[in-house]
Amino acid sequence: MLKFPIYLDYSATTPVDPRVAQAMIPWLTEHFGNPASRSHAYGWEAEKAVEDAREQVAALVNADPKEIVWTSGATESNNLAIKGAAQFYKGKGKHIITVKTEHKAVLDTFRELERQGFEATYLDVQENGLIDLAAFRDALRPDTVLVSVMFVNNEIGVIQPIAEIGEICREKGIVFHVDAAQATGKVDIDLQTLKVDLMSFSAHKTYGPKGIGALYVRRKPRARLEAQMHGGGHERGLRSGTLPTHQIVGMGEAFRIAREEMKVENERIRALRDRLLKGLQDIEATYVNGDLEHRVPHNLNISFAYVEGESMIMAVKDIAVSSGSACTSASLEPSYVLRALGRNDELAHSSIRFSIGRFTTEEEIDYTIDLMHKKIGKLRELSPLWEMVQEGVDLNTVQWAAH
Amino acid sequence: MAYSEKVLDHYENPRNVGAFSKEDEGVGTGMVGAPACGDVMKLQIKVGKDGVIEDAKFKTYGCGSAIASSSLVTEWVKGKTVEQALEIKNTQIAEELALPPVKIHCSILAEDAIKAAVADYKKKHEG
Repeated sequence: MLKFPIYLDYSATTPVDPRVAQAMIPWLTEHFGNPASRSHAYGWEAEKAVEDAREQVAALVNADPKEIVWTSGATESNNLAIKGAAQFYKGKGKHIITVKTEHKAVLDTFRELERQGFEATYLDVQENGLIDLAAFRDALRPDTVLVSVMFVNNEIGVIQPIAEIGEICREKGIVFHVDAAQATGKVDIDLQTLKVDLMSFSAHKTYGPKGIGALYVRRKPRARLEAQMHGGGHERGLRSGTLPTHQIVGMGEAFRIAREEMKVENERIRALRDRLLKGLQDIEATYVNGDLEHRVPHNLNISFAYVEGESMIMAVKDIAVSSGSACTSASLEPSYVLRALGRNDELAHSSIRFSIGRFTTEEEIDYTIDLMHKKIGKLRELSPLWEMVQEGVDLNTVQWAAH
Repeated sequence: MAYSEKVLDHYENPRNVGAFSKEDEGVGTGMVGAPACGDVMKLQIKVGKDGVIEDAKFKTYGCGSAIASSSLVTEWVKGKTVEQALEIKNTQIAEELALPPVKIHCSILAEDAIKAAVADYKKKHEG
């Protein structure tokens, strides 16, 4: 039985795994103690739960539990890492580097640092969405103190060369931060080998609850930060605020499941994604945004040429997906990520991000393929642009009556 | 975006989708808008010897309101003389479809499409 709309937006958020929800409940009702209470058993049991969860989170990324700091989510982790490191190391230099296709939580934090007097470089990506390592090397300056590059892109799912960037940063003594919100449970992360100093995590992209995340802060060599949240000195003074035990337990359980099941799950998801890709590639004039090889299996971002974005979204309301319309439309913001790929050779196209997850079924994929065939066909039937292309007209040569 | 029932009806069941041969003596073709703006409308009218529009067809690349505006216009121009068709105003289209302010440009484009189709027809019959 299909349930509508079919959820294909796992990169936006995931449902909490029922096992995670079960694990959380006792920590709301029965075991409600404050993990910072040192004087009674309520506090002690809560503290133990928090530390067990810390071990589970650390285990997924092969880190020491002491290197994990709880936050409210990846946005806060990014803020703490980027502002915290930049401010701590500002005596060393004022130059910071990131990439144009980063999440807004990184880009907007960089903008704030620019207002505080830092100089920022926003690297271009190649047409496949990956950064060019030579261009990255060229962007480095003697006063560069921080580099921030995301592990997996949220819109197009491409995996950046984190290991290579880490080597370069370590060699130059530059702090390297990685936003891994979209990566946990999808790619292997080994912080014993990756030369990453700071890494942001989120629970709700990996079947955990919203409102909880973590920041990895390397101990050897030690990455230093200035706290952004002041108060009771929780989390070794890096992030004050009472720890939400139930949320933390949820994140720990979610990451435990991810570690144990990701290998099998990713194979299943890859098969579904390949099925979807094959089904959609039968539609003429479609193309995949972002590299297909260096990419998580969960993501498929496809452009459909000669179809307008808003009417396409109206047409596909049976599926819950995200759209980054790459052409200008009255109400749809063009996606800055797709624009950064430099795909302006197409005069008019609209794109959909399909993101597949733990509870996606083959039946849902087949329904989606069929729906897209019908709806794209119908909209193209309506499209004068499609008609012209069928007649062999090159749309780039047409003189449009702009309005 | 909340669409009116009339917009949804035209979007789900667009009237008079298709094309006439541009070369046909009695056919006037108007194409307005630009892909970069998110809307392109093509409206065609087929005019009888008595100057009355016998049939109309459209194709539109654009949002639901743009599709609905052009679909509606194909219904309205039928049975009118070309001069009467020119009297159709964007405000009437917007009112009929209950277009929100951000979608008024769709009705303007539909009015422009009628003008362009009539102008093309007249050009063929000059002199």
